Amino acid sequence: MRRWQSATVTGSRAETATAHTLSLRVDEWNGHLPGQHVDVRLTAPDGYQAVRSYSLAAPADDGVIEITVQRLPGGEVSEFLTDIAMIGDELEVRGPLGNWFVWDQEDPSPVLLVAGGSGVVPLMSMIRARHQADIQTPFHLIHSVRTPQDRIYGDELTRLAAQAGGPSVTWLYTRTAPPSETRPPGRLRQNDLDDGSSWTSGATPTCFICGPTGFVEDAANHLLAAGHHADRIRTERFGGR
Amino acid sequence: MVHVTRGFTGRHPATDDRLPPGQYLTDDFPVLSAGPTPAIRRDEWTFSIRDGDQALRSWTWDEFTALPAEDITVDIHCVTRWSRLDTAWRGVAIDDLLADVDTAAEYVLARSYGGYTTNLPLEDLLDGKAWIAYEHDGDDLPAEHGGPARLLVPHLYLWKSAKWIKSLDLVDDDDPGFWESLGYHDYGDPWREQRYQGD
Repeated sequence: MRRWQSATVTGSRAETATAHTLSLRVDEWNGHLPGQHVDVRLTAPDGYQAVRSYSLAAPADDGVIEITVQRLPGGEVSEFLTDIAMIGDELEVRGPLGNWFVWDQEDPSPVLLVAGGSGVVPLMSMIRARHQADIQTPFHLIHSVRTPQDRIYGDELTRLAAQAGGPSVTWLYTRTAPPSETRPPGRLRQNDLDDGSSWTSGATPTCFICGPTGFVEDAANHLLAAGHHADRIRTERFGGR
Repeated sequence: MVHVTRGFTGRHPATDDRLPPGQYLTDDFPVLSAGPTPAIRRDEWTFSIRDGDQALRSWTWDEFTALPAEDITVDIHCVTRWSRLDTAWRGVAIDDLLADVDTAAEYVLARSYGGYTTNLPLEDLLDGKAWIAYEHDGDDLPAEHGGPARLLVPHLYLWKSAKWIKSLDLVDDDDPGFWESLGYHDYGDPWREQRYQGD
């Protein structure tokens, strides 16, 4: 279906102490749906290859795609991409991949996005696509992070949320909250997801949950308990390296 | 063509000749599902073999777990590239479940609680190649890994081993299931890296 293509690193920036965004120029890229991912392949001089999947972080910009990589301890691909890769380097990509965890821009249903840690990446792709296309579909993002410093895309999300018609954004802190925060730090709780009714104007939201397995299990169960239907909840879990 | 990535040497992690191409070994058991984990009560669970709308065989939980079971030790391979070797399961061989069934069907559509489906050739479920498994590592199969019971077809990528199995439908045509209709391969042989349609 999709062949491997050479991709050139054209941009590299730190999002947090452990998350890094890479811009990649790909010769033939016909766009992708918000929520899709790519496979990234690295090749060592002795021919050894390693492949991992990364969510696309934004709509393509004239053949340039973006991924945001969370550095994992001992992660041979993530450590290369966050610490070693430089502008001008070449690697290989295959994609776009995944047709399930995607937001349909034509669907007027409100969208509830629930992210744990770097699970925000494919959800940010949806938020950026909505912004670029100037779509008014109600969006609400709930992002669970350890500390305020772990807010990937924090400035951009704050800016978008402040705009008329922008998404509403809530951060939940598991370890350390900013002084202004009234919610005590802790893992996702049922009532963290209960207060969503005011932004949906009565329509049934589509829910996208992305994060580590335990987080996604908890979030999905909380949403079911809050009355959301299983067939309106799409999940993407990451485990392994 | 070898396309070397500057600065990448790789860790050359432990490998094994039982590891298919493009896979890495893990000791974790990652979970990948498209939606919430269904909560299925055992006193409401049934499993059936179906031909069209007709259930040819059907078992309650007590009936199913009273069937002769096998302990199975197999390697499993997920399309997301992790593999685990020597995983331990207990379950009932599909051969035994189909022993008295006479069918001309060549394919099976596995159906799960929660609506998931996956398509397989019938012959890939026979001759000791597939089971309905309800224990893992000596314990009840956890819900997030497909409990109460899941299909186990270890020679194909793990999405074919449908979690929360509800029925096996004997069908004439190889119509795509859930992931197959979203671009994944119809057969899914890890040794031929059949990840996506066209691979």
